Amino acid sequence: MVLVLAIGDLHIPHRAPDLPAKFKSMLVPGKIQHILCTGNLCIKEVHDYLKSLSPDLHITRGEYDEDVRYPENKTLSIGQFKLGLCHGHQIVPWGDLDSLAMLQRQLDIDILVTGHTHQFKAYKHEGGVIINPGSATGAYSSITYDVNPSFVLMDIDGLRVVVYVYELIDGEVKVDKIDFKKTATTQSAH
Amino acid sequence: MVPDAAAADEEKCLADGIGRLQHNAFYMHRALDSNNLKDALRYAGQMLSELRTSSLSPHKYYELYMRAFDELRKVEMFFVEETRRGTYSVTDLYELVQHAANILPRLYLLCTVGSVYIKSKEAPAKDVLKDLVEMCRGIQHPVRGLFLRSYLSQISRDKLPDIGSEFEGGANTVNDAIEFVLQNFTEMNKLWVRMQYQGPIGEKAKRGKERSELRDLVGKNLHVLSQLEGVDLDMYKETVLPRILEQVVNCKDELAQHYLMDCIIQVFPDEYHLQTLETLLSAFPQLQPTVDIKTVLSLLMDRLSNYAVSSTEVLPEFLQAEAFAKLNSAVGEVIEAQVDMPISGVITLYVSLLTFTLRIHPDRLDYMDQILGACVQRLSGKTKVEDSKATKQIIALLSAPLEKYKDISTALNLPNYPRVMDHLDNATNKVMSTIIIQNIMKNNTCISTADRVDTLLELIKGLVKETDEAQDDELDEEDFKEEQNSVARLIHMLRTDDAEEMFKIISTVRKHILLGGPKHLAFTVPPVVFSALKLLRHLQNQDGDVNGQEVSVTQKKIFQLLHQTIEALSSVPSPELALKLYLQCAEAANDCGLEPVSYEFLTQAFILYEEEMADSKVQVTAIHLIIGTLQRMNVFGIENRDTLTHKATGYSAKLLKKPDQCRAVYACSHLFWVNEQDGVKDGERVLLCLKRALRIANAAQQMNATRGSSGHVTLFIEMLNKYLYFLEKGNPQITSSAIHDLIDLIRTEIQSDNTTSDPSANAFFSSTMRYIEFHKQKGGSVGENYEQIKV
Repeated sequence: MVLVLAIGDLHIPHRAPDLPAKFKSMLVPGKIQHILCTGNLCIKEVHDYLKSLSPDLHITRGEYDEDVRYPENKTLSIGQFKLGLCHGHQIVPWGDLDSLAMLQRQLDIDILVTGHTHQFKAYKHEGGVIINPGSATGAYSSITYDVNPSFVLMDIDGLRVVVYVYELIDGEVKVDKIDFKKTATTQSAH
Repeated sequence: MVPDAAAADEEKCLADGIGRLQHNAFYMHRALDSNNLKDALRYAGQMLSELRTSSLSPHKYYELYMRAFDELRKVEMFFVEETRRGTYSVTDLYELVQHAANILPRLYLLCTVGSVYIKSKEAPAKDVLKDLVEMCRGIQHPVRGLFLRSYLSQISRDKLPDIGSEFEGGANTVNDAIEFVLQNFTEMNKLWVRMQYQGPIGEKAKRGKERSELRDLVGKNLHVLSQLEGVDLDMYKETVLPRILEQVVNCKDELAQHYLMDCIIQVFPDEYHLQTLETLLSAFPQLQPTVDIKTVLSLLMDRLSNYAVSSTEVLPEFLQAEAFAKLNSAVGEVIEAQVDMPISGVITLYVSLLTFTLRIHPDRLDYMDQILGACVQRLSGKTKVEDSKATKQIIALLSAPLEKYKDISTALNLPNYPRVMDHLDNATNKVMSTIIIQNIMKNNTCISTADRVDTLLELIKGLVKETDEAQDDELDEEDFKEEQNSVARLIHMLRTDDAEEMFKIISTVRKHILLGGPKHLAFTVPPVVFSALKLLRHLQNQDGDVNGQEVSVTQKKIFQLLHQTIEALSSVPSPELALKLYLQCAEAANDCGLEPVSYEFLTQAFILYEEEMADSKVQVTAIHLIIGTLQRMNVFGIENRDTLTHKATGYSAKLLKKPDQCRAVYACSHLFWVNEQDGVKDGERVLLCLKRALRIANAAQQMNATRGSSGHVTLFIEMLNKYLYFLEKGNPQITSSAIHDLIDLIRTEIQSDNTTSDPSANAFFSSTMRYIEFHKQKGGSVGENYEQIKV
């Protein structure tokens, strides 16, 4: 069992002062093997904080990030899955699942983790899965009204990934889970 | 060389003294063993004569004394044995020891016998004690006298007629015990003070040091008094304290007064101090002007503070004793009396008083303000405080209410709080401001009125306002960023749900941040902008219809504020950030249905793009943001929309690198097709864009062909995907033949010898073909479009 945290669009300190306290107490160092961060942290302190949660930290550049050296997109393999990471402001129309699916095909990955819209999404299409962990601080977005703070924890086990989404709604943390299986047809043929 | 020689001399002297002492002790013990009392006493006398020396410093004398002390213990045991056996009576012994040749040995032996006498109960304790304490007056030499009396105190300790002691009863009461100890104490203090006037004037410092070494001998007496059962609160109040204070005041000696006041406070219970507060405090003004009263007073207040929190039952006692009033006036008097007290001392006193008040009277904000006001008075008329001890104390003073009350509003409500901060220099203001911000963030406090926001930002002006050049240079860049980021975080805590008040808050914050220099603005402008955007959302969510007019007016005011705030970034300069913020505002205006406002913001964004974006990477990001924003906007009429899309497409085609051009242009295709119900769906213009992008891709191919690289294949595959996208959405202009052509082109390129094999491109193509296959199989409304495509 491999735990992967998908988190992003914190926008600290431009749009939010800090992570919600309830999230902070849940995110304990040493439990998570990988972190995929969609971007828009925006400052070094947030980078350091994420680094303290897990040594394997991957970040892609959001348009407000202070550090301009983060890559535009990234791919990596975890277990049987190929994952890709991209903030998403580069893909027009923003949040359009079909356009994002094109990026997924382009990067040849099973799971695309992307952000920018501040809205949680877990979308399965013929080519794989697109996951948007939303905004961990519930930051303002021009795209989404009424943003609830959220993040995603993926449990990768063999050919199966369970996606847990944590949302802070009216002061309470609510959890939902979605199962995805990687089937033969979605394996790329080389 | 001289001090070393003197020290060596002293060591030798001590060694010699110890040698002789032990020599005589040996013979004394031999005599005791053979029951030769006369000889024993003779040797004892000789042994004790070593203590008659004047050539040892107190520190060394003590070593000698301890040896003698140990020997005398054995002598005492012998006396006890003999008197029990009846060989001698105590009165006999008393008589015999008087034959010692010199007075000092004689008195040591007398005290020793006296101890046995009391133990035997043949005479009342009080009589023996009185005798001994009087006789010791025979030694007027300070060091010798102090040690002698210390010996008396030590051996009499367990024989005092205290309540419940075996030595009480009949004529012996605890009063006698107290009287004895007080007298010994008084005499010892006199000797101790006399030391100050011995010796040459030039050695004053040395004398001071020597006196310090002996102070515990004097203080021990107070300790003894505190341990007596019979010294209860009444006894302490009526007898003990007045007598001690009398001696302290009358001795007129700075060293003694300071030490003894300190001692009293440490040795007797806090409960007693509370009940005798007035008496105790009245002694302070009577002390010598050079006594460092503030440390003693601070000690007293700190102890009382700790006592207050030790249990809840204790608090009412404080109120009853009117502790605050008494301490407050005592502090004032002390400061008045000691005009040379440094400012750090003054503030220390007030810190102790404030801590005390916070514990005893947490609800009396007027007391806090009073204390702060007194500080303001002391600080005014002076230049900004720069002494580091003093600034540390002021920070402690200002932090205390924050820690206690947690909600900064309480501190903000104290009129004198900001006035104290006014007296801080810039560096200290920053330190204090950081503490304030940390307090707010830790306690999650929201400041929800414009007035309080104003006060708060004025308080922390060290962080907010622009400072002198000189100071800025010294500041580490990392530290500066951290500071400003904390200010940015703070801005999010300044909020309320009431829209009108929120607008006032935002205006106030804006007013303050604009006083910051260019370096500050890059950090402080974004939070203000997003606060305003959140307010706009909030107004939108409210039912706009009822107060339609009002809402619209407020919205326009907010957009005006946004415009002016973002404009300030030009002084930084920070065009990339400004562009992003303008785009945010354009979208917000779109959502409010304000076409001209939205157009204006987009215009500003375009101007920045045209004039300020030189770096090609920055341009690529910027143009995609513009396209993405524009794609979502529906408020524009046809003319405006055309102008803007034309600009966007034009700039896309003018990017430096061909691949970037291609991608930006096909992104523009989405400007003409919006998937919503009423969205624009201009199939022709979409196709125009796609064709233009394709031409650029072809040009890129030609450039790459000359170099032998194959990066452009990916572009064609992207184009294919875009064509498929619009095919799916039902754009009639997308023909299956165009798609076939593209597929063929890609296949040719991949298989061509000129190009190097690119595994990622191959994978991309394969997955795209799988995608087509999938939809053909799937059928349905989407599948129809795919029917005609032959794979």
